[in-house]
Amino acid sequence: MTTGTRTPVPVDLAPLRSYRRRRGLLQVACVIISAFMAVPIYLIAVAAFSTRAGLNQFPQPFYPANFGTETMSTFLSSTGITAGFINSMTVGIGTLLLSSLVGAPAGYAIARYMFRGKDSYQLFLLFTRALPIVVLSVPLARVFLAAQIYDRPVAVILLHSALALPTTILITSSVFLAVPVDAEEAARIFGCTPVGAFMRVVLPLALPGMAAASIFTFVMSWNEVLGATILTFSQRTLPAQVLSSLADSPLAYRFAGGLVLVIPALIFIAIMRKYLLNMWGTTIR
Amino acid sequence: MAEIQINNLVKVYPGGSERANDDVSMHIDDGEFMVLLGPSGCGKTTLLRQIAGLELPTSGSIAIGGRDVTYMPVHQRNLSMVFQSYAVFPHRRVRQNIAFPLKMKKLPASDIDKKVAWAAELLQLTPYLDRFPAQLSGGQRQRVAVARAIVLDADVLLMDEPLSNLDALLRLSFRSELKRIVEQIGTTTVYVTHDQSEALSLGDTVAVMRSGKVSQMGGPLDIYDWPADTFVGSFIGSPPMNFLDGILQDGLLDIDGHRFTAPANAPRSGKVRVGIRAEAVGVVDDEGPNTLTATVQVVEPLGASILLTVEVGVHQLKVQAEPTAKTRTGDTVILRISDSAIRLFDPETGLAWLTGDSA
Repeated sequence: MTTGTRTPVPVDLAPLRSYRRRRGLLQVACVIISAFMAVPIYLIAVAAFSTRAGLNQFPQPFYPANFGTETMSTFLSSTGITAGFINSMTVGIGTLLLSSLVGAPAGYAIARYMFRGKDSYQLFLLFTRALPIVVLSVPLARVFLAAQIYDRPVAVILLHSALALPTTILITSSVFLAVPVDAEEAARIFGCTPVGAFMRVVLPLALPGMAAASIFTFVMSWNEVLGATILTFSQRTLPAQVLSSLADSPLAYRFAGGLVLVIPALIFIAIMRKYLLNMWGTTIR
Repeated sequence: MAEIQINNLVKVYPGGSERANDDVSMHIDDGEFMVLLGPSGCGKTTLLRQIAGLELPTSGSIAIGGRDVTYMPVHQRNLSMVFQSYAVFPHRRVRQNIAFPLKMKKLPASDIDKKVAWAAELLQLTPYLDRFPAQLSGGQRQRVAVARAIVLDADVLLMDEPLSNLDALLRLSFRSELKRIVEQIGTTTVYVTHDQSEALSLGDTVAVMRSGKVSQMGGPLDIYDWPADTFVGSFIGSPPMNFLDGILQDGLLDIDGHRFTAPANAPRSGKVRVGIRAEAVGVVDDEGPNTLTATVQVVEPLGASILLTVEVGVHQLKVQAEPTAKTRTGDTVILRISDSAIRLFDPETGLAWLTGDSA
């Protein structure tokens, strides 16, 4: 143990260089993967805002060279689109509320309690998704006809809630697991009833995670088309409407329809994104 | 403030067969500071959680202030508690955290403000009242948890290893602060810890637990000086009590051929397990009565003293020597055992032959 000066061993820079090279390659890979996701959406957007004449050009420019909103405005004003948009929103938000209302308590039970048949229950949950939607929808259509709710948004809400519940329950149970039991017990010690402790402490702490679960539910509902087509006739959701009316429309309108379908889901994800990050944040903490 | 009476409490966790608490009975006086001490898995936390109502007993009864609470819902018991993990509410500011128990009691806002200000002052939290717990250090979070627990006039204050998540230095300073605060408010307190120095320093009474049972209950010094069995002796004290095999005959104690004056009133003769505290053994220069020779194996300077690990025949002994003692590994030293500190235990059962009262 001497503190005297000695000739330092020369620094080997090779590991640093290879570290930097790997970092650079990683960045490139990230850009490529992002582009793979983003470029098609961009191209659809460009096409949707091009004039119909411009769309027939070849090769297509990568920027809106023939900018025009007429395709978009014609599409938006065509029959059923606005109504479909409203229906889709109603169904999406309705599904969100119903599946949270039913799914969150189930998720809480899985997270907090040991009960007989817990494992089989968790497995059984996933069986809903094992049945193809077509197989589910046709008998459901009969039941809904009998119950006189066929061709109403509520019919689609019921179907979508059933489809969303497995994910909602599993995600919320992991969210509730992340809420410390101690905090809940502290609330009860200091005078909360079990329900009071849930409302005052557990729920506020779980809300960010539940918002994340709602992304999956909303986007699933927004994108689901098969069941929605079978269960409605005049009250179509947007994808169902687009599917049935645009199948034989000109190319330009299909691009417009595609963009209109993508945008709301993207906006919803963007809003919920910070909660999603927060969710993993709370799990780690 | 209230006394606690626990009778024949048994707890078996569902799905388990072992008794987490096995026929525990104790009385905790009004205003007493009771420490439940034991190694992990001894049932001390289970006992605390049953007093809190977070676990329900399998059989037996618990009464607080003369009122049976055995199966009473948690929120009706009028208790407060400090958790090992602090359990402050992360979504509420410090002020709201401390005010939480008062809000639940529906106190008028002016009283709440007054009490929160008092508790914050007592725990030096006043500058942090408007912060969120995430903006506080671990020590400050624990202060919030304590402030929240004392702000209410609870019947009983429960603490579940409140210091174990703090670093060593903070633990020591907060320990004495905690003792001062609890003495000041005078609430009956049940404190769970696995740290024997914490138990000795804080408790009016210490209950040492092992495998769900109370091994010994008494004042900290009684427990330290007169352990009821070899487990208590080896669990309490740092270093733990030394144990040697000996033979007791005609008022003399024979350990590996060395003769010692046996404690008076020894109930019988024959084989015996001898317990001796490290500080009751001294390094001396000359042989004499009550001495033995030993070989030094390890020398650990601790600042205020030097901890020696020595070999006596087949036994290992921990000795607390003066810091001036100049010993090195391999040396032969002469040890003098103070005969008043010799404790005798049954070699089969490990139970003490004598207690502090009979000696």
